[in-house]
Amino acid sequence: MAAKTTNQKAWFFIIPVIALVAFNALIPLMTVVNYSVQETFGNNVFFWEGVKWFEQVLHSPRFHASLLRQFAFTFIILAIEIPFGVAVALSMPRQGPWVSVCLVLMALPLLIPWNVVGAMWNIFALPDIGFLGRVINGMGIDYNFTQQPVAAWFTTILMDVWHWTSLVVLLAYAGLRSIPDAFYQAAKIDGAKPWAVFRYIQLPKLKRVLTIAVLLRFMDSFMIYTEPFVLTGGGPGNSTTFLSIDLVKIALGQFDLGPAAAMSLIYFLIVLLLCWVFYTLMMKDEEQ
Amino acid sequence: MTLEFKNVVKRVGADTHIHETSVQLRNDNFNILLGATLSGKTTMMQLMAGLERPSSGEVWFDGKNVTGVAVQKRNVSMVHQQFINYPNFSVFENIASPLRVARMTKTEIDNRVGQVAEMLKLTPMLGRRPSELSGGQQQRTALARALVKEADLVLLDEPLANLDFKLREELREELPKLFHDRGCTVVYATSEPTEALLLGGYTATLHEGRITQFGDTASVYRQPHDLETARVFSDPPMNWAAGTKKGDSFIINDKVDWALTGMEKSFADGPYTVGIRPHHIGPVAHDGKTVPIDGQVLITELSGSESVVHFDFGSQTWVSQSRGIHPIKVGDHTRFYMDPAQCLYFGADHRRIAA
Repeated sequence: MAAKTTNQKAWFFIIPVIALVAFNALIPLMTVVNYSVQETFGNNVFFWEGVKWFEQVLHSPRFHASLLRQFAFTFIILAIEIPFGVAVALSMPRQGPWVSVCLVLMALPLLIPWNVVGAMWNIFALPDIGFLGRVINGMGIDYNFTQQPVAAWFTTILMDVWHWTSLVVLLAYAGLRSIPDAFYQAAKIDGAKPWAVFRYIQLPKLKRVLTIAVLLRFMDSFMIYTEPFVLTGGGPGNSTTFLSIDLVKIALGQFDLGPAAAMSLIYFLIVLLLCWVFYTLMMKDEEQ
Repeated sequence: MTLEFKNVVKRVGADTHIHETSVQLRNDNFNILLGATLSGKTTMMQLMAGLERPSSGEVWFDGKNVTGVAVQKRNVSMVHQQFINYPNFSVFENIASPLRVARMTKTEIDNRVGQVAEMLKLTPMLGRRPSELSGGQQQRTALARALVKEADLVLLDEPLANLDFKLREELREELPKLFHDRGCTVVYATSEPTEALLLGGYTATLHEGRITQFGDTASVYRQPHDLETARVFSDPPMNWAAGTKKGDSFIINDKVDWALTGMEKSFADGPYTVGIRPHHIGPVAHDGKTVPIDGQVLITELSGSESVVHFDFGSQTWVSQSRGIHPIKVGDHTRFYMDPAQCLYFGADHRRIAA
């Protein structure tokens, strides 16, 4: 039997990848895991706590409240941004000089840094000096997002719709552009009504890009921090304290590193699980 | 029932896509629109279908002016180069879609879809979705949709162009049979002269938005009325040279000459453009191929049954197409023989001087 030559040199080629992943993902993650099962009083002194923090977080009404707020927020913005984005994409011109004008206008909100968006909307919506606040109050509606939870939610959602619908528009527009003209001609010859064209040609053809759009918007909105933090700071009261804002309050405000680490991990697992569920549901038909 | 264009013109902005065209299509056989890419085939079809309105002129169908009538009201069906089917409908639903729009009863839909599916060999695939079919089956589905509608006008816009060679041949053979005796007018657009000849029927050659000639396919091929028609309807491309007639002889490129026989002798003396198809030139003198032409070989393409040789002749590249394999190498100075009886002569106005 001939001796089998073994050559282990190939391992060297994957060292850079392992090192990179270790430094930017695994090591920070393990630090969080480390904190989540221990208690510390500083001075690098740790006490083993097991799953205490996880139990505490999972049973805490505060966590339940921010999780519920987070779900409500994500659900509302998805329900607005996806249909609205598709509608805008459908109404954009298919060709001609206006295409680039529309595209640039659509891309503008996406180019603004998140904290600037928050600050912009904060000033824009202030009831005494902001344009939006003045106009709404001028219509006889009592509106003050720094005082009223409903107004705060309204402003936060409006801001997110303004900031992120463009992303859905751009994705949907790219999807629509990839449908050959012949499809529309065929529909016209068949005598299909505009609704039928949308339902049976455009929507099925948009399925893939919309899956991406929903996933991106879900992840981003579920992890939203900067904009509501700058706009409302999580208030009034705790009314706009979403998961990430709450997490920062616990970790940096109260310096409860253990519970914060446990909450981070739970948060991460929720995002991962929901993305998987979304993706599986939306891709179910594709694999048949 | 047949379609007629009366002085139809189509302009888009400052460009004229279709120059003034008057033509009456036939409903007893295929009408083939033959032309290169961008020659106006698709625009022509859209005008026929009613997807586009002519800028001026009239479209008549079955003795009625249908110029302004919307496409949905014309009972037209169309098959495109891309495979167009509803992506989330089954094959059955795809074929049934025009009948559903027409609000037919369930039994009638089942009958007609079943019949057409049988004809197009789609019966085992009726429950599948288009994405689960091969390209040939997808195009069959699109064809079935066009057939089931029993339209008065069927437009086939390069329907085989996206299929591979084998499927193309198979479907091309079936097409004329499928539409035979249906009483509808069938228009078939293609950019391949060979396809036009294989399908037979009638051919309209298109060049830069103009129908240069319309008639029985074989006769358009044999007797092109002008230079453009001859150019469009030749594959491999026709060989061209400038020549002069003097008395009973004709000379091209100032070096090759031959004696004219028959009717050509009666042409007026002077300059002409001569065209000759590649298969009338070969490396062996026989079968009327008598006039020697010397040239340097540029490209050789051997297919086994025939040899295509590109050679340098004067300022032009000429092509010879002959049976069998000939031992010709690139760079060789070789003598070819041309059959002068097969030459087509065109005047300065590009019209062919009919012999």
